[in-house]
Amino acid sequence: MPIKPRTPMPAQEAEARKRNFNEVALGYTEEQALAEAARCLQCKDAPCQKGCPVGVQIKDFIGLAKKGDWVGAYDKIKETNSLPAICGRVCPQEEQCEKVCLLGKRGQPEAIGRLERFVADMAMKRGVKVQKPDDSAPGRGHKVAVVGSGPSGLTAAGDLAKLGYGVTVYEALHAPGGVLIYGIPEFRLPKAIVAEEVNLLKDLGVRFETDVIIGKTVTVDELFDMGYEAVFLGTGAGLPKFMGIPGENLNGIYSANEYLTRTNLMKAYRFPEFDTPLKSGKRVAVVGAGNVAMDSVRSALRHGAEEAFVVYRRTEKEMTARAEEFEHAIEEGVKFHFLTNPVRFLGDENGWVKGMEVQKMELGEPDASGRPRPVPVPGSNYVIDCDTVVIALGTSPNPLVSSTTPGLKTKEWGGLIVEEETGKTTKEGVYAGGDAVTGSATVILAMGAGKKAAKAIHEYIQNKK
Amino acid sequence: MFKIVKKRVLTPVTKLFEVEAPLVARKAQPGQFVVVRVSETGERIPLTVAATDPKAGTVTIVVQEVGKTSSMLGRLEAGQSILDFAGPLGKPAPLLDSGHVVVIGGGFGVAPILPIARALKERGVKVTGIVGARTKDLLILLDELRESCTDVLTCTDDGSSGMKGLVTDVLKKELIDKGVHIDQVIAIGPMVMMRAVAETTRPFNLNTLVSLDPIMVDGTGMCGACRCTVEGRTRFACVDGPIFDAHKVDFDEAVRRGKMYLSEQKLAFDRYKAEVAQ
Repeated sequence: MPIKPRTPMPAQEAEARKRNFNEVALGYTEEQALAEAARCLQCKDAPCQKGCPVGVQIKDFIGLAKKGDWVGAYDKIKETNSLPAICGRVCPQEEQCEKVCLLGKRGQPEAIGRLERFVADMAMKRGVKVQKPDDSAPGRGHKVAVVGSGPSGLTAAGDLAKLGYGVTVYEALHAPGGVLIYGIPEFRLPKAIVAEEVNLLKDLGVRFETDVIIGKTVTVDELFDMGYEAVFLGTGAGLPKFMGIPGENLNGIYSANEYLTRTNLMKAYRFPEFDTPLKSGKRVAVVGAGNVAMDSVRSALRHGAEEAFVVYRRTEKEMTARAEEFEHAIEEGVKFHFLTNPVRFLGDENGWVKGMEVQKMELGEPDASGRPRPVPVPGSNYVIDCDTVVIALGTSPNPLVSSTTPGLKTKEWGGLIVEEETGKTTKEGVYAGGDAVTGSATVILAMGAGKKAAKAIHEYIQNKK
Repeated sequence: MFKIVKKRVLTPVTKLFEVEAPLVARKAQPGQFVVVRVSETGERIPLTVAATDPKAGTVTIVVQEVGKTSSMLGRLEAGQSILDFAGPLGKPAPLLDSGHVVVIGGGFGVAPILPIARALKERGVKVTGIVGARTKDLLILLDELRESCTDVLTCTDDGSSGMKGLVTDVLKKELIDKGVHIDQVIAIGPMVMMRAVAETTRPFNLNTLVSLDPIMVDGTGMCGACRCTVEGRTRFACVDGPIFDAHKVDFDEAVRRGKMYLSEQKLAFDRYKAEVAQ
């Protein structure tokens, strides 16, 4: 029997969406969700669940969804995943649960992410009731501090709060969410959804302290003095990488972190209603080809660019961006200059960027990353005109915490050293996970690490008694 | 929310606030700054700490109303609150243990030099303060400065207080030319003034520090808005500074980057003034 194709998800048309910051994907209707749920084979061994970094009980939640029991499905997801509305939107399902779906062997896999999103949105619309742990919960009477309110921190906080721990999340910025609010654009992940997930954690009893920079305002050692028995570090990878080539500090050249933070956290796209401006021009060049580069270049269109393009030293095949992000960018008219690498930036008489000199590259032998090494082609230099540049070449962990915490060891590039299965750092009672350990990776991997660490912290505190 | 416990109007456009921020008050060292946000739609701006009282849990900042955010802040009164007040950020000022340090404050730059002068004097360093303004009434925090320094020299454009001229004239004519031994100069104020001080001391190879005040967003090393070139290397003023060797700073670049949003700043300020006038 031929396999029915997956139910498409409605989305804004490319021509319209590239000029607004509203969410691109519109989500299933109830009818569409039922149709998609009906495709699931309910395999006995549920390979999809093993493909999920946080172990969502996919088979069971879709089983409930088949019957239209959205609340039941939501509760089932929530048992293992604190942030379903976020995961349903930003997880690379094609590399995880959907990759191992049996339907995928003969046709298109079950659209697990789209269903997760529908179930979460539906539950939130109907009003989610949070079940607070009762007084006999094992964590009662114990305090844990979570540093950073990004995906790993929120996950660890949620899991620990469910066990009854008194959890306080410390955030350096003025709003909780970490990369979910400063990095990922509104058109992929509406900030209202992040705020709602944070509010659900507050309902669970998690406290949020914004404007506190751990390592500066308060040190990790002081957190222990304040009565916290364990500390989870989910401080992310916040330091932007620059290229170190001439002209990089010209006006109009941004790190992707700055470009996206101004846009998302500070809402520069609503200037002057919001006070933070952004100078995003008519010809915007984005250097790099990961998900952050796609977010930047697609934001540039929405800021009014006539032409927004990616400059990348390798080819489409080596890009680290999700296929879906790349496709969305192409649909919206983003241009790609592959095998091209900037060597210097050119400025006008007032010090504003007006172009970049690039050189053509060709692929050579594989390098340390396993990808072919780009090699410059001699004499191939030329100039590309642009009035704005966004450097999206990755980020590394911020040393604010590691440099002020005796006993906390890092790798040479700044990543915290941890035991993989527990997130245990080199300092007693301190656990870590997410980009602070791995360098820039995905939301779901950070959540998986937060989950493991929460479990390890629970065991650590219970065994200490 | 961070409550304002005291406000002092230093000049019509310069206001001093004592803000309840016990965690910051406990930690802040001379030379460090805080990042402040005044409204839910507001921007994040850095302000240098002018004083702390760890016992009372307060931090003192001085604001000069030059645009929308600083004006919104300047209009707040004691009893009201500042929405966000995060810090302390940046590296503390490196302080000598002995000798003679000249601290120079231009405009509201007098505020951030106060804690530095105070700390130096406590260590037994001889501290000469030089402050300048357009006219006598605009010289702020003179009493506090006199308390914090061994000696204070003033100057004004119109000669109404001290020497008629600029702070660099005082530094050159009253100290350098007279052969007064100086171990270090620390200058904080408008970029033009810090640059002029750097050029005044450069021929004498006189150790000089300045505190850069670039545009910032997060203030924790995340965005790179505040990047500057020092000794040919890109540095982030928020985490590597804000205090740098004045003779190694690329001031051209710093001035240029400081002007990046001039038109937007003007637009926001004009709209705000029209709103307030209604």
